[in-house]
Amino acid sequence: MENLLVVDSVSKTFANHKALNNVSISIPKGSIFGLLGPNGAGKTTLIRIINQIIIPDSGNVFLDNQLLESKHISDIGYLPEERGLYPKMKVGEQALYLAQLKGMTKLDAKKQLKYWFEKFDIGEWWNKKVSELSKGMAQKVQFIVTVLHRPKLLIFDEPFSGFDPINANLIKDEILNLRNGGATVIFSTHRMESVEELCDHIALINKSNKILDGKLDEIKRQYQTNTFEVGLVTNKKSEIEKEIKNNFHTSQPTFKGLGDNLRLNILLKESQTSDELLSFLVKKAKIQHFKEVIPSANDIFIKSVKEN
Amino acid sequence: MGKLGLIIEREYLNKVTNKSFILATFLTPIIIVGFIMLIGYLMSVNNDTVKNISVVDKTGYFTNSLNNSDDLNFHFINDFDLEEAKLISKTKADYGLLFIPYYDDLNQIADSIMFISEDAPSIGIISRIEGKIERLLTNKNFENIGLDIEKINKSKININLYQESFEGEETTKMDGIIKIAFGMILGMLLYIFIFAYGSMIMMSVIEEKTSRIVEIMISSVKPFQLMMGKILGTSLAGLTQFLVWTILIMMFSYLITAIFGIETSTQNSELLLSSSGNMSMNTEALDAISAFINLPLTNIIVAFLIYFIGGYLLYASLFAAIGAAVDNQTDAQQFVMPLTIILILALYVGMLTVPEDPNGTIAIIFSYIPFTSPVVMLMRIPYGVPIYEQIISIIILYLTFTLCIWVAAKIYRVGILMYGKKPSYKELIKWLKY
Repeated sequence: MENLLVVDSVSKTFANHKALNNVSISIPKGSIFGLLGPNGAGKTTLIRIINQIIIPDSGNVFLDNQLLESKHISDIGYLPEERGLYPKMKVGEQALYLAQLKGMTKLDAKKQLKYWFEKFDIGEWWNKKVSELSKGMAQKVQFIVTVLHRPKLLIFDEPFSGFDPINANLIKDEILNLRNGGATVIFSTHRMESVEELCDHIALINKSNKILDGKLDEIKRQYQTNTFEVGLVTNKKSEIEKEIKNNFHTSQPTFKGLGDNLRLNILLKESQTSDELLSFLVKKAKIQHFKEVIPSANDIFIKSVKEN
Repeated sequence: MGKLGLIIEREYLNKVTNKSFILATFLTPIIIVGFIMLIGYLMSVNNDTVKNISVVDKTGYFTNSLNNSDDLNFHFINDFDLEEAKLISKTKADYGLLFIPYYDDLNQIADSIMFISEDAPSIGIISRIEGKIERLLTNKNFENIGLDIEKINKSKININLYQESFEGEETTKMDGIIKIAFGMILGMLLYIFIFAYGSMIMMSVIEEKTSRIVEIMISSVKPFQLMMGKILGTSLAGLTQFLVWTILIMMFSYLITAIFGIETSTQNSELLLSSSGNMSMNTEALDAISAFINLPLTNIIVAFLIYFIGGYLLYASLFAAIGAAVDNQTDAQQFVMPLTIILILALYVGMLTVPEDPNGTIAIIFSYIPFTSPVVMLMRIPYGVPIYEQIISIIILYLTFTLCIWVAAKIYRVGILMYGKKPSYKELIKWLKY
């Protein structure tokens, strides 16, 4: 797949603190790319480098196979984590101003703003001052301003903070819509459930280094342990448990059961397959629950950061 | 329109549509004109009141010779002694009591004349009374030793030096006054402008930081563009305000002279007649006009524009950098202080050394230092400064200005993304290497 953005061995040092150490990532066109990492790992520095706010000490960034330069500013839409608007300016005026700074003509910006204001049903805010809006309302305006100029690359840093669940869903749907419309999305968050939900690629940065990246399902496969959750209904519990333990490697169950009285996590050896396990179990008892343990983004995050 | 243009436009409109800005724009001239009128009124009241002074003249030399003037009225109560006279003068609520005892020796008289008053009398009045007494006693002395006062007065010669510059232009005493006044006004103007609008720039940068819009902004524009846009937009708003002030003050002054015109002109003519006489007053006015015309006006105007722009932008960029480095106004004080001190130093050096010796060492040194040169040089130029000195000083100013903008842009770039802590000077220097 073609990459929209390529970060090639980028390093950045602030005074005596190394913020990024030789980080390379590639972001495929049309993907939703999760940029993950603990606080202070260097995510924001990387995002700022992509936005040309900070210049890297070494390394290059390419957008659409071109070395990043100032003309690319209009190709990127950035919603920073620390965000705000001019409190004394009217919503409409402000949106027009920010859109024009991104290189839109006034006419085009007006047309687009009308579309988005209608879509979010906030047309009556146009002449309100930003200071009169609630935090969630201001966030909506900020989202619109970020995506208004139809950038190829969208960068969202904690986009859902400050939104109630309904509006968070609205924004999530819009992010998916934009992706389906051809945009590529970089998504930085600490909320692993939204990573799970949205991202198809991820990169994990810890202590200034990239420690993991790739397709989310491939990474999950890497972290797969060949473990299965098994829940059985039987009246010969101890007998069957003993029999299973003789043939397979087991551990404490990590799931909650419903109606089953024998719960186990079963680890398969390399020579064993899930089919073998199933056919073994079918003969012994009624199978109520059988599921492969797939590592969650959360698990992968914690595990790889701890290992690192 | 380019991005810089957009930023300038927003900053400008944001300032000039701000309610308190509009209020200040229209109220300040009213207040200024009001103050001038009040001061003028108070001064005229002060001059109009006649001051009564009781005099006990034991010598008799003064009783017929100490003449009343339009604000000093002498009442002679020669028959009373000092204590009685004090009481009389006090009950009459006189301005004061002049007591002249009698001695044979004139010098002894001179040494023992007293002036007694409730409050401390004004220096002006005292020196006028002293002058009157001195003249009378001196004349008396002349008489005593047999000199003809008529002859002495006739043989007195008045000197009013005819002054000319080496270029052959006539100069007068008025020149000096006009030059001081002109230099002061230019220097003060720059000083006020730098502080009023420099701190406005700083506030607007701080506001951008606290409202957290700055990161959104600099993902669209370069920090340098944002900084320059702010500086230029705010400066244009400042110029607009100054322009409105000038127009309004001129309008008010015109209106006031139109309304109170007759009164002031009669007052003036009275003053003219009563003071040193019509003739000399007219020559003074003419002198002032010719002194003004004699000023190197082209040089002043050109230099004013160059120094004003250079000096203002130099300080404005530093104010912007300070705004970027801190989170709130309180933290900013620490960094604004050195700028204030330097500017006040410039103003004082200018006011104290330039009129004394416009081409003295101190004045020259300070008109080369870029942080003081805009003020000091502007004060010196009315006296005539060699062009090469001006050029060197301007080059130094603009080089420093370029350096300062560069430093400010660096600090600005790093500072606007730093929240929560007040940086030390050491950290600011570190930021330059980011």
